[in-house]
This record gives sequence, C-alpha cells and structure tokens, in this order.
Amino acid sequence: MDEIAPEYDVVVLGTGLTECVLSGVLSVKGKKVLHIDRNDHYGGEAASVNIEALFKKYGNYANGEEPWKKYGRVNDWNIDLVPKLLMSNGELTNILVSTDVTRYLEFKQIAGSYVQQGNGTRATVAKVPSDAGEALRSPLMGLFEKRRAKRFLEWVGAFKEDDPASYGGLNLNVCTMKEVYDKYGLEATTRDFIGHAMALYQTDEYINQKGAAKETVQRIRLYVNSMARYGKSPYIYPLYGLGELPQGFARLSAIYGGTYMLNTTIDEITYDGSKVSGIKATMRERGDESEGMKFSTKTKKILGDPSYFPGKVQIVGHLLKAICILTHPVPNTDNSDSAQLIIPQSQVGRRNDIYIAIVSSAHNVCPKGYYIAIVSTIAEGSSNHHLELQPGFDRLGRIEEKFMGPAIPLYEPLESGMNDNIFISKSYDATSHFETTTDDVRDIYRRAEGQELVVEGLREGTNLVGEE
Amino acid sequence: MSARASTGSRPGGQGRFAQFKLVLLGESAVGKSSLVLRFVKDQFDDYRESTIGAAFLTQTIALDDHTTVKFEIWDTAGQERYKSLAPMYYRNANCAVVVYDITQASSLDKAKAWVKELQRQANENIIIALAGNKLDLVTEHPDKRVVSTVDAEAYAREAGLLFFETSAKTAENVRELFTAIARKLPLEQAGARNLRSNPRPGVDLRPEAPGTQGAGACNC
Ligand SMILES: Cc1cc2nc3c(=O)[nH]c(=O)nc-3n(C[C@H](O)[C@H](O)[C@H](O)COP(=O)(O)OP(=O)(O)OC[C@H]3O[C@@H](n4cnc5c(N)ncnc54)[C@H](O)[C@@H]3O)c2cc1C
Ligand SMILES: Nc1nc2c(ncn2[C@@H]2O[C@H](COP(=O)(O)OP(=O)(O)OP(=O)(O)O)[C@@H](O)[C@H]2O)c(=O)[nH]1
Ligand SMILES: [Mg+2]
Repeated sequence: MDEIAPEYDVVVLGTGLTECVLSGVLSVKGKKVLHIDRNDHYGGEAASVNIEALFKKYGNYANGEEPWKKYGRVNDWNIDLVPKLLMSNGELTNILVSTDVTRYLEFKQIAGSYVQQGNGTRATVAKVPSDAGEALRSPLMGLFEKRRAKRFLEWVGAFKEDDPASYGGLNLNVCTMKEVYDKYGLEATTRDFIGHAMALYQTDEYINQKGAAKETVQRIRLYVNSMARYGKSPYIYPLYGLGELPQGFARLSAIYGGTYMLNTTIDEITYDGSKVSGIKATMRERGDESEGMKFSTKTKKILGDPSYFPGKVQIVGHLLKAICILTHPVPNTDNSDSAQLIIPQSQVGRRNDIYIAIVSSAHNVCPKGYYIAIVSTIAEGSSNHHLELQPGFDRLGRIEEKFMGPAIPLYEPLESGMNDNIFISKSYDATSHFETTTDDVRDIYRRAEGQELVVEGLREGTNLVGEE
Repeated sequence: MSARASTGSRPGGQGRFAQFKLVLLGESAVGKSSLVLRFVKDQFDDYRESTIGAAFLTQTIALDDHTTVKFEIWDTAGQERYKSLAPMYYRNANCAVVVYDITQASSLDKAKAWVKELQRQANENIIIALAGNKLDLVTEHPDKRVVSTVDAEAYAREAGLLFFETSAKTAENVRELFTAIARKLPLEQAGARNLRSNPRPGVDLRPEAPGTQGAGACNC
C-alpha cells in the first residue's frame, strides 16, 4: 500500500453529496484533498441502496426470513435514502455541467408534477400548471380565478430582477407576498399551490415576511424555467439513483488527484491551539480481523458532515420519511413512471407540507413493474409519526412494503468554522430538490476558502480528455 | 434496462458502429494509464505521475471496412489505491483490461483478485483481457522478469481471458490488445438489442443542446 502524504490542503470527512461536490471543486482548483468515509460505500446519508440492504437497514422482518428474495435481483434495486429531485434549471445542474460530471451520468425527466387540493374523500390531485396557458386549462381553479392566475403568471414570466419597470408598480424589495397575491386577487387555494408546489415553500411563513416577495417570484421563475427546459416537469433524475451523484463528484476529485479512502475511521482530530492541525485514522475493511492500517496526516482544514462532529452540531428539527414499494403507478398521476406530488400543509391541517417523490424502473432503480414512492415531511409532534404521513399514504393505493424508521434528526453546525477551521455541512433537509444543498456547498466554500465559489469555466483546463 | 453498448449506422457512412464501455483494473503503477495514453494518443511519458485530469477517453477502432468499434475508456483515477472504487465505475462495463507488471510478482496476484471480482460482480458476458505490461524492461534485462509468460498464459486460458504481454513504452502489442477485445465483443447481439444512433438516452443537460424540449424518451 502506498504511503499517505504527510500533509493535505484539505481533509474531507463523509462522502455525501455536499462533501463530494466540495472535494471535486477543490481538487479541480488544485487543492490536495484526502477524502475519507467510515462506510464501505459512497454517499453517506445520500446513498442509494439495494433492497436487501434496505431491509437490513430497517430490520422490518422476522429472524431467518429473507423477504428481499421475492423482489427479483437485489442489485436491480437502487433505492434512495434521501428523497430529492434535481431542478433542471437549478444550481446542481449548473455545477454538473460546469464540471463535466455529466459525462459519468445519464439523466431522465421526472414525468409529472402534481399537487393535492382538498382533504380526505374530497381530495383531488392535479397537475401543477406551469405557465399562463396551463393555468387556463387547470381543474385547480374556477373560470375567473384562471384568468387572474394567468395574469399573475404572465407578470412573473416578464419579471427581470434588474429592471424595476417589470416589478409592476410593487416595491418587491420591501413588500410581502400577501400584497402581491392581493394585487392579483388570488384565492387562498391558488396561493397554496403557487407558494407550495411552484415556489416550493414548505410552510406559510413566506407570505407575511417583508421583502420575501422577490425571492418568491424568483423561486416561481426557477420552477417555470426548469419546466420549460424539457417539458414534462421541472425535475430530472439520474439513472441508477441519486447515489450516482456523489460518486460522480468523487470521481472528478480523484481525476484531479484527490485521494479516496473508504472503510476508514477517524481516531483523533489534532489541534494546534484552537485550529485543527491533522487527523489520526485507521483504515480497515469489514471482516478484516487485523488492526488495520493506522496513519496520521497533517491538514489545516477539515470539511465534513455532521455525523463526524457530534459535539459541534445541534438538532434543528426532525424529518419523517417512509419508503414505499408499489406495483402500480400512483393513482391520478396519468400513469406516470415518475412524479412529484405535493400536499400543501393547509390542505390537510398541518404546518409543513407532505412530499411524495416517485421513481420507477424507467430510472433503473428497480425491476420492471415496481415503483418507489418516498413520503416525507417535517415532524410536528413527538409521537404518532405514522399518522403525520398518513395523508401521503392515502395517495399511494396498495403498498407492498413500507420502510419507516424513527424521526431523523436534522443537524446544523454550531459555529461557522472560522475558529477551528472545521467546516461542517448541514443535514439534507426536507425540501424536494437540491437547491438548499448547493446553497450549503456555496456557504461552506465561502467560509473555508474566503471567496465565492465560481464553477463556470472549471472544465476548461481539462484538455487531456479525449475527443467525444 | 439501458445498456451502454449500442450500435447503429455510422453517421455519414455505411456498416456497423458500436460503442462499448471498457474499464481498467490493476495495482497502482502497473501502467494502466500509460496503456490508455498509448492507445488513444500514441504517446508515452516516462515520468508520469498517477493519473491526473484524464480518466475518460474514447478511441475508435475500424475492424474492417464495415465495422467500427468505439471504446469509452474509464481509468480508475487512482481510486483503486485504497480499495475505494465506486460502483459507478463498473456499471454496465462491457469489457475490462486487467493489468499487471511482469517485473512485480505481487501485481499478478492483485490482477487475479480483480478477475475474480469481475467474474463475480460484472455481467456474465463481460470480455476480460489480461495484460502483462512493461515488456520493454525485460527485453534489455531478461533477469528483471519475475512473471513468466507461460505461467500467466496458462492462468489466462484457465480463467477464459484474452492475454497479451505489452509495453506502453514501445507500443508493443497495445493496439493488438484492444483490437482483440473489439473482435470478441458481441456486435451482433448488441445490434439486435438496441439499434439506435444516439448512444446516450435521456436528457442532455448542456445549455447549448439543441431541441431539448420533449427529448428524453428512450425509444428502445
Ligand atoms: C469488479 C466489480 C466490482 C463491483 N463492485 C460493486 C460494489 O462494490 N458495489 C455495487 O453496488 N456494485 C458493484 N459492482 C456491480 C456493478 O455496479 C453493476 O451492478 C454491474 O456491473 C451491472 O451488471 P449486472 O451484473 O447487473 O449485469 P446486467 O444487468 O446483466 O448487464 C449490465 C448491462 O450490460 C448490458 N448488457 C448485458 N449483456 C449485453 C449484451 N450482450 N449486449 C449489450 N448489452 C448488454 C445490460 O443491458 C445492462 O445494461 C461491481 C462490479 C464489478 C465488475
Ligand atoms: N518501462 C516501462 N514503464 C512503464 C510502462 N508503462 C508504464 N510505465 C511507467 O510506470 C509508471 C506508472 O504508470 P501509470 O500508467 O501511471 O500506472 P497506473 O497503473 O495508471 O497507476 P495509478 O494511476 O497510480 O493507478 C510510470 O512511471 C510509467 O512511465 C511500460 O510499458 N514500460
Ligand atoms: Mg493511472
């Protein structure tokens, strides 16, 4: 085995998406990176696992049984642990393209984007209208409301941040979204699907927040423009599951000299005064009885996910999640092979939205005939979590298998990292996309490197790659 | 399920055109990247550090007037050094070159372990070639050889592998190695399975991609 270098510019702990994007970008920019994970696989919390691994993770079967056997070849399954989709015009897509990581991945559209209106037996599910024309055809609104919604969406479509004339007489920098909705005379149910299924807010806090109107308009524009890109929905998804994303960025990092070590536990983080100075660690494969390979190396910076720093993070909420295996498309989604369905909080008497992300064999994540639906929300109580997700289960029809563990704590770092040079990421939140993940990537980069992350032009140095 | 291997009519020409994914495996410093560099660019670098910046290359071989094979070549990017290769690397590999250094006995043991892993994990039709590299070193100093040709060849035959002794430095047998793989690839079968001109299904993320609207359906 080769020697580990005596010093690295950055040591990265955990191979989740946030960490892998950072390590890829830092390597391309010439930093010497050592990237470690305690697990034997890439992806950490953002991995995709096969069905045997999923049963074993949740332990929902009797001793001696092997329930995964009735689901075909275990390796035909790549089940995401984090339910998210990529906005086709979003920042992660931009980073993927700028770094050429798209070479290693193939993407497909998510076939539809749906929203629920009403509750219980009166619940209806309909496509989220994405432009003025669709608004006019949408069953979500009555005749006059359709026209008002059309006017609103036309205004959003013409909005230009640097052209106050396009603000429509509103001072978007200070006004609330309520004032905007009022101006267009939109009904409560319309506000609900615009705010939750297009701007993708998970609560109603944005409505009365001063100055939030501009951000709301920008979020709706991201949705509309992502939608316009490929046509069916604003979302795309990588074949073989989201776990391919961290692997792709890890490969980018490795190509630019990053060193990768899985199966490696951190024994100690060493400090020089208040600042980090290095790590001591042990690499040992599973099942290996020996002591493993012990090593130490110096570094002035560590980046990592919260699980590596239990003393330096706090819990900011709990995520509820249930992974469901179906043998049919989700009802009322036009037999789509994939979809997102949002249940806005107010429709079912909650404070947080319920999300359902659906993928299938069309994305090489399961054998033909199966669908994987992940229902998730932010926990509002400390028990009966199953009931909190019930409105989501009600949408799914017959469920073959349900995997639901205890509420998942969401962590954030206590400090910025300026004091100890340890820069910690946030847990993957409850949003349905990766926009907050890339916000975190940018934030960590700014804190750790003291400058803004610019990804544009990153691939220009890669003239060694062959013709394509 | 979508396969990387795809065939179709060659743009602007006649005959068959097929694209296959090829992965390289083997101990660090046996010359994996050097073999690719020789094959793709016909270059060699004596002071090559570990693979940097180039781990995805393509090269086309014309087997005859009618048949062209394009290799999409994946290099390990050094992730094998601490046993950290990602499953993405192997996914849908149609062929593999497992490399050892004929002047390092341990590198053949490593190669055998990789072959085992391939036969266990990869799809059963994968074509595997064993390459004993750095042949030039023993031409001048025969005593440097520690793995005999006969032994390696016997092992390759037993395990059902193509076998070549190569030199990335002098180019000896490098083209032969890749051509032999190309000849063994299941062109007919792949053709029957999915005939299409665009080897990459799915959506194209590049901003300049023309006609993205409505794309994405894999018509296979
Ligand atoms: C050395 C090695 C180590 C691995 N380690 C891991 C690991 O650590 N973790 C992990 O999760 N996975 C691992 N894998 C598995 C790997 O990620 C893929 O799951 C595997 O390579 C996919 O092949 P399969 O066995 O599912 O074969 P298949 O699904 O049968 O075939 C693979 C693809 O090739 C296509 N194909 C097959 N035959 C033909 C043909 N004749 N013509 C055209 N196309 C064809 C198929 O359509 C399919 O798309 C490893 C694989 C290898 C080779
Ligand atoms: N004499 C001789 N040297 C070679 C040959 N092939 C590779 N080398 C040298 O061996 C060293 C390692 O070659 P690489 O191609 O980087 O090896 P690799 O297997 O890609 O190594 P990693 O990227 O670290 O896994 C370099 O110094 C090469 O110049 C060969 O055929 N003959
Ligand atoms: Mg190399």
